[in-house]
Amino acid sequence: MAQSTTVQRPMRRRASRRTFGHMWRHLFLLAMTAFAVFPVLFVVSAALNPLGTLSSAQLVPTGVSTDNFAQLLTETRFPRWYLNSLVLAVSNAAATVFLSALAAYVFSRFRFRGRRVGLYGLLIIQMFPQFLAIVAIYLMFSAVTDLRPEVGFDTHWGLLLVYMGGALSINTWLMKGFFDTLPSELDEAARVDGATHAQMFFRILVPLVTPVLAIVGLLVFIATVNEFIMASVFLRDPDSQTVALGLAAMVADQRDSNFGMFAAGTLLLALPVLAVFWYLQRFIVEGLTSGAVKG
Amino acid sequence: MARQSGGAGAPKAPAPLPGARLVPRGGIAGHLVKAVLLAVSVGVAVWAALPLAAAGNWIGLAAVVAVTALVFWIYLSKRHIPAKYLLPGVLLLVAFQVVPVLYTIGTSVTNYGDGHRGTKEQAIAQIEAASVAQGEGADDYVLTLAARGGAATGDLVFLLTADDGRVLAGDADGLEPVSDASTGPTGKVTEADGYTLLTAAEAGGRSEEISEMAVPAEEGTGIRASGLSAAYEGRATRVYDADCDCITDTSTGEVYTADDERGAFYNEDGDRLSQGWRVGVGADNYARVVADPGIASSFFSILGWNVVFAAGTTFGVFVLGLSVALAMHTRRPLRGRTVYRLLLVLPYAMPAFAMMLLWRDMFNADFGLINRMLGTDVDWLGGTATARAAALTINIWLGFPYMFLIATGALQAIPRELVQAARIDGAGAWQAFRNVTLPLLMVAMAPVLIATFAFNFNNFNAIWLTTEGGPFPSDSPMAGTTDLLITYTYRLAFGGQSAQYGYAAAISVFIFLIVTLISYLSLRRSAALEEVNR
Repeated sequence: MAQSTTVQRPMRRRASRRTFGHMWRHLFLLAMTAFAVFPVLFVVSAALNPLGTLSSAQLVPTGVSTDNFAQLLTETRFPRWYLNSLVLAVSNAAATVFLSALAAYVFSRFRFRGRRVGLYGLLIIQMFPQFLAIVAIYLMFSAVTDLRPEVGFDTHWGLLLVYMGGALSINTWLMKGFFDTLPSELDEAARVDGATHAQMFFRILVPLVTPVLAIVGLLVFIATVNEFIMASVFLRDPDSQTVALGLAAMVADQRDSNFGMFAAGTLLLALPVLAVFWYLQRFIVEGLTSGAVKG
Repeated sequence: MARQSGGAGAPKAPAPLPGARLVPRGGIAGHLVKAVLLAVSVGVAVWAALPLAAAGNWIGLAAVVAVTALVFWIYLSKRHIPAKYLLPGVLLLVAFQVVPVLYTIGTSVTNYGDGHRGTKEQAIAQIEAASVAQGEGADDYVLTLAARGGAATGDLVFLLTADDGRVLAGDADGLEPVSDASTGPTGKVTEADGYTLLTAAEAGGRSEEISEMAVPAEEGTGIRASGLSAAYEGRATRVYDADCDCITDTSTGEVYTADDERGAFYNEDGDRLSQGWRVGVGADNYARVVADPGIASSFFSILGWNVVFAAGTTFGVFVLGLSVALAMHTRRPLRGRTVYRLLLVLPYAMPAFAMMLLWRDMFNADFGLINRMLGTDVDWLGGTATARAAALTINIWLGFPYMFLIATGALQAIPRELVQAARIDGAGAWQAFRNVTLPLLMVAMAPVLIATFAFNFNNFNAIWLTTEGGPFPSDSPMAGTTDLLITYTYRLAFGGQSAQYGYAAAISVFIFLIVTLISYLSLRRSAALEEVNR
């Protein structure tokens, strides 16, 4: 800031006012950044802490050691949980994106009986969190487990089915907003060329809405990785559990002594998400707002 | 559903030109994919139908047939184009969201829960089996403990080896033969298809369950475990008599009469046998919520805090998110904008469940970071006010970056000329913001704020993973002072000493109604907002 005043010497008065105005922005942003970052810093510090306990973890790393990571990967089922979480999250994200895009396409491009009811119904339904009906789903799948254990409790298929019940949701609105921005001339041209509705969707429109598909996929991915309660009802066998369940159980039993491993697990889970998140951030701002405005 | 019976296609698009008819519509590949998918759906239907037919579940079978017929009708017809795209998602939506909601409503008018699980016949069988006493000349079995599913959590099964070497599997519903079990020299089962055998340590962990388990055998007898490797069959000391619809305890002479309204056997003193059955109780569960003084006061105090939590979170993330967005929203170059952005979205990109657990540990009274940094000795999660403040802080920390992203996008969409025009007309910076920027911003953000409120109203994780609903007042161990309705319901249904599904379902229905009302009112209001600004 001091530099900018010297460079723009002729306009010193305006420049110093600018600096002063920016100083308030910087002070506020620095405070907010500190608020946002300090728990994350604590995770990093705890993960690197050689003692690996909660009571010895400081905000700033006191030593650097990979013991917690080594212990996590060799002494717990973390690799298995990690794989389970990734499989569930990726499959759910892919299925949701696909089902949601199909629905968004017809809501955007067709006019049919029940369209308005359907759109508003989706908005209302997503106000009910699925797991309010957890008792019902639990009983339903108790019966399913007796009949077909392959899709019952302790399997990822059963859980995935329940997750996919929520595929049509606010995400469908978000995608519809994007489809609406594509000019209808595209469809007409394709129709004249003899394209079927399926070709129009798969060959022409889907490639154009790839950014929003990526965003919805990422949001669903994050949500599935974080999903806790459905998974805790479904996955009782330790080998089928997800990272969320495994890490939670780890600090539930031995809160103090397992803390370093817990922090290490959190970091390992955060890294891939963060990488994709930062990469897609620009799309996310556009995607979320255009969906919200055009809704 | 109306959505499925979609009619004609897009009216906007013109009819294909005459020449276009000559172009083959859809390729061979398309037809092939369609045929394969239809074949797969038949396969899935048969796969689902076989066990349903074997179990005699005709309602389930009818549903499978109906869904398959619907799939064929929609996809083989040339019409119903929108339905072709909506069907997969809608079927899943109906199966796993709509049906559970209807089922919940059905359960809410019964007494379903621990002590009221099955039918009256099952309850009688259980009572008789549980009362067996080891008599002389009783049949003994070699016992192998097993479970269906995981060793620690699956349903417990007694694998019983009789004197003649036959192996039977017994659970609360009765006995059935096991054909493919192999037994060791002592008669212990060493392997049985479909069962997980428990090790001694695993069995020790479930010893209480094992000693309480009773397998109904023949009329008036039952099998119970004695230790971990032997079981005996004995005569029931409690016997059901259909003539008086009552159960007589032959050792004490006490008589328990069936009460079909309450679903249990009661004696003259009003004491009941613990095994009851499921009956309809009408609106009793709902009446309990409103009328029972103990429950009503905890329900309404939880509701009050629930609204404060959702509204406080929404307000907090909105103010913080918008402030950050405004601080970064300047045309003059702001140094470090990119770095701020990367760091400020961290809370949103970190795994939320883990960060909640982490915050819980930072607030820990004994070795938490916050007490150590501040040099204080406050039991943050132990007091009502501090626990509520902590829960709000954590939730706002998690939520504000999302609002910051949304607000940034919305601010960029507002033309700068509008604000400049207001400033030229003499409005101060605050006035211009209050009267020009904010109303325009609200149009874009209102739906997001409504969704945020609705989400946080039922934000199970934010409470369950941090305070777990606590602290609990000494007089109500089931309702904590930071409980949301949803965590309270969860504890009732799954967490407590005895599950009360019927009552939990009634509270779920209350939550449905409250959220629907709020959504409806705010949707109407946001629609009004759009009208005003059109």
